[in-house]
Amino acid sequence: MTALHHEGVAALGRALASRQVSSVEVVSHLLGRIEAHRALGTFLHLDAGRALEVARSIDERRARGESLAPLAGVPIAHKDIFVTKGAPSTAGSKMLAGYESPFDATVVSRLAQAGCVSLGKLNCDEFAMGSSNENSAFGPVRNPWDTGRVPGGSSGGSAAAVAARLLPAATGTDTGGSIRQPASFSGITGIKPTYGVCSRWGMVAFASSLDQAGPLARSAEDCALLLSAMSGFDERDATSAQRPPQDFDAQMRARRTGASASKPLAGLRIGLPREFFPAALAADVGATVRAALAAFEGLGATLVDVSLPRTELSIPVYYIIAPAEASSNLGRFDGVRYGHRAAKYVDLLDMYKKSRAEGFGPEVKRRIMIGTYVLSHGYYDAYYLQAQKLRRMIADDFRQCFTQCDVIAGPVAPTVAWKLGAQDDDPVAAYLADIFTLPASLAGLPGMSVPAGFGEGGMPVGLQLIGNYFAEGELLRAAHAFQQATDFHARVPEGFQ
Amino acid sequence: MALTPADVSRIAHLARLDLEPAESAAMLGQLNGFFRIVEQMSAVDTSGVEPLYTPLAAVHASELRLRDDRVTEGDERAANQASAPAVEDGLFLVPKVIE
Amino acid sequence: MSALVRGYEVVIGLETHAQLSTASKIFSGASTAFGAAPNTQACAVDLALPGTLPVMNRGAVERAIQFGLAVGAKIAPLSIFARKNYFYPDLPKGYQISQYEIPVVQGGTVDIAVGEHRKTVRLTRAHLEEDAGKSLHEEVHGMTGIDLNRAGTPLLEIVSEPDMRSSAEAVAYARELHKTVVWLGICDGNMQEGSFRCDANVSVRKPGAPFGTRREIKNLNSFKFLQQAIDFEVQWQIDRLEDGLPIEQATVLFNPDSGETRAMRSKEDAHDYRYFPDPDLPPLVIAPEWVERARREMPELPGAMAARFERDDGLSAYDASMMTQSLAFARYYETARDGSKQPKLVANWLMGELSKRLNTQGRDLGDSPVAPTTLAALIARVADGTVSNSGARQVFDALWSGEGTDVDGLIAAKGLKQLNDTGAMEKIVDEVIAANAKSVEEYRAGKGKAFNALVGQVMKASKGQANPAQASELLKKKLGAP
Repeated sequence: MTALHHEGVAALGRALASRQVSSVEVVSHLLGRIEAHRALGTFLHLDAGRALEVARSIDERRARGESLAPLAGVPIAHKDIFVTKGAPSTAGSKMLAGYESPFDATVVSRLAQAGCVSLGKLNCDEFAMGSSNENSAFGPVRNPWDTGRVPGGSSGGSAAAVAARLLPAATGTDTGGSIRQPASFSGITGIKPTYGVCSRWGMVAFASSLDQAGPLARSAEDCALLLSAMSGFDERDATSAQRPPQDFDAQMRARRTGASASKPLAGLRIGLPREFFPAALAADVGATVRAALAAFEGLGATLVDVSLPRTELSIPVYYIIAPAEASSNLGRFDGVRYGHRAAKYVDLLDMYKKSRAEGFGPEVKRRIMIGTYVLSHGYYDAYYLQAQKLRRMIADDFRQCFTQCDVIAGPVAPTVAWKLGAQDDDPVAAYLADIFTLPASLAGLPGMSVPAGFGEGGMPVGLQLIGNYFAEGELLRAAHAFQQATDFHARVPEGFQ
Repeated sequence: MALTPADVSRIAHLARLDLEPAESAAMLGQLNGFFRIVEQMSAVDTSGVEPLYTPLAAVHASELRLRDDRVTEGDERAANQASAPAVEDGLFLVPKVIE
Repeated sequence: MSALVRGYEVVIGLETHAQLSTASKIFSGASTAFGAAPNTQACAVDLALPGTLPVMNRGAVERAIQFGLAVGAKIAPLSIFARKNYFYPDLPKGYQISQYEIPVVQGGTVDIAVGEHRKTVRLTRAHLEEDAGKSLHEEVHGMTGIDLNRAGTPLLEIVSEPDMRSSAEAVAYARELHKTVVWLGICDGNMQEGSFRCDANVSVRKPGAPFGTRREIKNLNSFKFLQQAIDFEVQWQIDRLEDGLPIEQATVLFNPDSGETRAMRSKEDAHDYRYFPDPDLPPLVIAPEWVERARREMPELPGAMAARFERDDGLSAYDASMMTQSLAFARYYETARDGSKQPKLVANWLMGELSKRLNTQGRDLGDSPVAPTTLAALIARVADGTVSNSGARQVFDALWSGEGTDVDGLIAAKGLKQLNDTGAMEKIVDEVIAANAKSVEEYRAGKGKAFNALVGQVMKASKGQANPAQASELLKKKLGAP
């Protein structure tokens, strides 16, 4: 077999199951690579000791002939927005530097039960607020395809680590595109499932009605395996969808009626919202996405013209709702029970204000200010309520689309990854770049980013696939068929072979 | 409508954020830039539209799931206070609260 | 009864917080038991640790439904939990989960009486919310200590219309509410422990004038304080108005030591609470079947029970209301009534001997040394003439002091059995007449006193066991009219 770090989740699982390789070998190999590529800034906390311990115990159980789960011994790491027992949980914020959670997030414990070996915690934008990973209090993450560029965000550490072959897969969270956009920028595959599919218990909350966990990996196949393990009903989350456990790998492999080996996607109608292909769309991204769509046609899919008329409105709608919820969710960080407390203060009010001013970074403060303002007396109806009504209209637009197509496709982002610092002078303008990922987030629909080719500067371009509620299987099947016919997802950035 | 420096300090106080003068000035510009993006939203007629507070309400009537009234949590004080800035005799300490 | 105070009409509305008697908290599985060591009953959810989420306690909803039914309110088929955002050290999340636009209980009424004066107080609403923790000010060297054991305890906030016109009415209303929640068993009613607390919104106005500006007195945890605080506040407001000064809307605290109210210094900007629906909690849906089940599981309410005592037991309206002053009292009455078949006598004993002793010893019915079945046995003996009322009181003393529990045994042991055998009585009476010729003379001469003397002799001769009524009857018969 090829070098261990080139193996994906499925392949590693098979190699481990057939004892061609031990979990300890895989883990040690990757730990070495992570050390060698520290400069990428992907890891906030490396848990080598415990990882090797867990790997060893899994190897021993396998040696004893115990039958183990398909992911047993496969190394992963978690976005540091998930709280973990026994390892610090920071959410990329100085506010939580050194914070020790007394419990594991549900996603974390489920992957552990499935036998995944966690190597540690991955860098991300502070409280998952950002699309470049430059908002981390612990330094930026660099894009392996061009270390002068951002990996995307907020799950930037997860995306860069997987792209750089430091890990076969990692967890992420997506509130307005934080899985799909970094996957696109870093040339890997990522899926944000339907809202409610993954439990939010143990995810440091950014915007409660939008936050969803999901995997970032090399392929749709790998995403399917991880999503099956990390998803499912959780009684600790009142918004968790009550449905039986799902086998997304089986759903991905289920043959479409009328499909054939050469036309696996026969009968699949792919809707192209015209608003996803505006004049402003960067030429390289537009061309790459269209080429990929042509490949889908080649696989038997038909392309339909559809419309999501409120695509542009999703920017203000999202940037009202998410900050409003965030301003309330972050109220708990007051320096009383945990987290940063200012060293000097004159009284309680001063302690609050200084602790929060010191503990939060600029982007987080900006969003807290926006959210506090739109909820404040006299503005609620004009902003928050109006935004939630428009959110309903956006969801209805999708419902309309799905009467004409099975999945919706378009670009993930208007451009390829930009240079570090490119957006420092106008942070608010950066919000506009989220335009294509926000609509599905607002509606709570599943969305995916699939490597579709390369654009300006040889940077990866992702194709976004959006499915109907709980249609993750349909998305994965389409992405898998595309990845059987292309090798964009298998390309390795220069210097990380 | 543009925000004023007074708005910024009122909001900062509500949000318990101690902003440096320079920070406030920058914040004012950024917030006004943001609310220019928002204006297009106010124009839309949403009369008679039900707000969508939680996304799954778009799929089916969403209903609060309830738990049985049982005590399931024990005393985890030591673990729960591991990251506390100031504790004494099990109490979290804060500067004197004046009611 | 809106008696004017110095020419002003007093207007009072109450917001009452009743802690619901669930075993676990409203949004977590931590215990609600009172008095545990600081923060040992504050779990990760109660402490708002990062990543925690609320899950609603069905028991709290059930209790809210029963309250709504008891006050004839509408139970909302769909209600919404909202976040009330403000910073305070005993509020871990930086917001309180409450209900704002659509509460679970809507409307309803409470009937109150002050002396002979009766009125109906309208309820605005009652909503579910979580309690905050406690700030211990007198703790540790200059700092305030925060104990979050109480954080997340389920509360029902019951809001009245500004229908009360005196502190007496406010107290009568609070007492009636207290009686209702305790009767239903949805709140333990322990005011010292803060299970039942009132905020009073007080304003004054000249008769016919629009409402004056109100000030809210926070956290009154006894009926006495409620009365004192309102009375002081009313005088304070009138003084200001008489001095031509305006009343500013304010939250005030009552100091039981000084008997005065003063405006709070904290929570000044807390009036912009930025309410919005909690995205962690979908709408609370209550199906009609659930309401009906709750109705079936409710105990009979005091009003209905009192009406039944009047109708079936022939009690007076007053007695019936006394017998339903609390569920414990009513249960005691019914057991004693069933055991003796003497409703009126039972009512008299409960209001008389029993209440007298309970009050003097400051005990409540729960720990009365005399069981209702025992009292029933005693009352049966009074009814069948076995023992006189005074004799029965002696027996009751013995029962109370624990001399025994066998009523007949005690009557015998104390020789209190009345002599009802006519033959024996006639013999005694004849002897007395024979032995007291002088008194007989005087009686015949028309001296009433002499007759009493003869009755006394008969009682003496019978060692007190004669039935006095029967004795004088026999004497009259034998002596003939004077």
